[in-house]
Amino acid sequence: MSKPIAFRWRDRSAWIDAAYDPRMRGIALQALLLMAVAMLAVTIGLNTAANLKAQNVASGFDFLSRTAGFDVSQALVPYSSKSSYAQAFWVGLSNTLLVGALGIVLATVLGFTLGIARVSDNWLASRLALVYVEIVRNVPLLLQLLVWYVAVLRSLPAPSAAFQLPGGTVLDVRGLHVPRLAFEHGSAVAFTFALSIVGALLLWRDARGLRARGTARSPSVIRAAWAAVALAPLIALAVAASTTTVTVPTLGRFNYDGGVSIEPEFLALLVGLSIYTAAFIAEIVRAGLLGVPEGQREAAAALGLNRRQALRLVILPQALRIVIPPLTNQYLNLIKNSSLAVAIGYPDLVSVFAGTVLNQTGQAVEVIAITMAVYLAISLATALFMNWLNARTAWRER
Amino acid sequence: MALRISSVLGSNLAAVASMLAAVSFFSSIAAAQSPTLDTVRKRGLLNCGVNTGLAGFSVPDDRGRWTGIDADFCRAVAAAVFRDGDKVRFVPLNAKERFTALQSGEVDILSRNTTWTMSRDTSLGLNFTGVIYYDGQAFMTRKALGLKSAKELDGASICVQSGTTNELNLADYFATRGATYRPVVFERLDEVRGAYVNGRCDAFTTDSSQLIAERTRLPDPDTHEMLPDLISKEPLGPAVRQGDAGWSNIVRWTLFAMINAEELGVTKDTVDQQLASSNPEIRRLLGGEGEFGKALGLDTDWVVSIVKAVGNYGECFERNLGSQSPLNIARGRNALWTNGGLIYAPPVR
Repeated sequence: MSKPIAFRWRDRSAWIDAAYDPRMRGIALQALLLMAVAMLAVTIGLNTAANLKAQNVASGFDFLSRTAGFDVSQALVPYSSKSSYAQAFWVGLSNTLLVGALGIVLATVLGFTLGIARVSDNWLASRLALVYVEIVRNVPLLLQLLVWYVAVLRSLPAPSAAFQLPGGTVLDVRGLHVPRLAFEHGSAVAFTFALSIVGALLLWRDARGLRARGTARSPSVIRAAWAAVALAPLIALAVAASTTTVTVPTLGRFNYDGGVSIEPEFLALLVGLSIYTAAFIAEIVRAGLLGVPEGQREAAAALGLNRRQALRLVILPQALRIVIPPLTNQYLNLIKNSSLAVAIGYPDLVSVFAGTVLNQTGQAVEVIAITMAVYLAISLATALFMNWLNARTAWRER
Repeated sequence: MALRISSVLGSNLAAVASMLAAVSFFSSIAAAQSPTLDTVRKRGLLNCGVNTGLAGFSVPDDRGRWTGIDADFCRAVAAAVFRDGDKVRFVPLNAKERFTALQSGEVDILSRNTTWTMSRDTSLGLNFTGVIYYDGQAFMTRKALGLKSAKELDGASICVQSGTTNELNLADYFATRGATYRPVVFERLDEVRGAYVNGRCDAFTTDSSQLIAERTRLPDPDTHEMLPDLISKEPLGPAVRQGDAGWSNIVRWTLFAMINAEELGVTKDTVDQQLASSNPEIRRLLGGEGEFGKALGLDTDWVVSIVKAVGNYGECFERNLGSQSPLNIARGRNALWTNGGLIYAPPVR
């Protein structure tokens, strides 16, 4: 450790000491570099603004409050052609987040199933998983999306000859049309459901706590508690059912109207992204499972746990510690890959905002900057969450 | 900071250049100053932004040669500048890239069936230099649907290209009628056509000239029909960057020269004989009288080069869009004003 340096004006020796102190020199160099980078950024910004002004190209962010004037096929937030460009931005962002979130859930479930199948002793299951992984991860994603969209969903019949699925659901080239449920007391039912889920969680924690202490409540108390938790939402649903209106999609002049339509562009993107990412997740899970020492498996067997119990209680929890960091990468890839939506016409952020809005306003610099910032924010947020999860499940030295 | 200084210096130079241009305009004989013209001359090629593929406007033929009225307009400008209509580098652009390509200087002219609108003319840093084709937005549907008018499309799925005026007109058309539709939006026109062919949508909407061209590319064109309604006005024309009035004049007057040539009966085959014409209007147009080309910074016989390269406006139209093309579009609104159309050019004098 170098001795603390007292900075006094005109104290030359202190400055010379500082100049020869590697730590101080490091800080000074870092500060210089930071200033140079900041100056470069400011120069680029000012230069861009000056040149845009010189060329008479409109700049600034005022355009966000102007009327968009175009329609979007799928919007989770209220939107019409009279909405502003800012609202069009939210439409694109919510569509990106929707396909990203659902894609992550589907890819994780499918990927874990395949990964476990890959190391299972069942020859057929492990070979099938191997074939899946090798085919899917070696074909470019864009090609797979086009196969799902053009070859599969586009070959479905026209609305007049649609497939009638059970429960009033209809599948045609225009997408999947499901019945629309309108609860008169929808919020009350949802509230009861939420309450019962909280109740079930509390009961489960209580039971686990008691079991850890080697005791349990009397069976009649448990039965009564579970009955209360389970019956409440059923009663609420029964009451609500009498006032619920179900609108089954019916064939109008052109389309199946009345229900909720899930666009084929969305289906193709969701299926394509999930299947592609699942192949990579399967390999990560396989690596994680194989990374758990063989002795753990043997120890579990020695304790009298069967195969399923050993997997669930001993192997998977340890494998997760290995799996989570590379899994984060796959989740980030999936979110970023969702921008390939533009190739099959799904209205995601890139298609709606960095495509249509950019073209209608001509403000390329602003629009691209916003889009990049949003992807950065989504990716960083996902990474932060996964890092937190990683820290929680990481091996704790005892 | 060096970048900043050079940009300020650059704009000063541009100001000096435009002052020089103003001075030379008043001295009338001296050549006009245009930085773009100088760049193009130095490069020896005209960079011209065209559509990636639209029959009749700009599309490569089976030997890779660009054809169409927009592509021919690029050749006309090249002929005016170089006396050679083939000194053009065609830069295919999609709807999204087109304005940025022009703003950034990647192309010298945007000749890509682009609708002249107020916001594009005023806020994108570019100038439209005229109308080469008066178009309007239309709908195409399957004959089997038996529709008589676009008004019957309430509730239909409609395919449209993103980032176009078509997308905006479509929204306006249905909103003003209180009708609904389901937009199916793609970035490229061939994707839009593909979706329509597969039955993803009931109707395909774009400018009527494009629809006529697209219809010829459908597997079974006779089972599709155009609805009679035109829901918008789409004046298509070439555009240049703002701030170079000299270049803007060259492009504007190239189109006017083609129109004037048609009006005066100057054609590709007869232009050499017409040089000896006694008609003063023809003599002024072809450079036999006065030095009108010089004021643009071009040769006195610049129009002769244009007409020899691509013919007059009418010849370009018939060859690419009209009776000599598979599209067979009638002149209609695009006839000369003397024949009841809208095509009109100020006189050369």
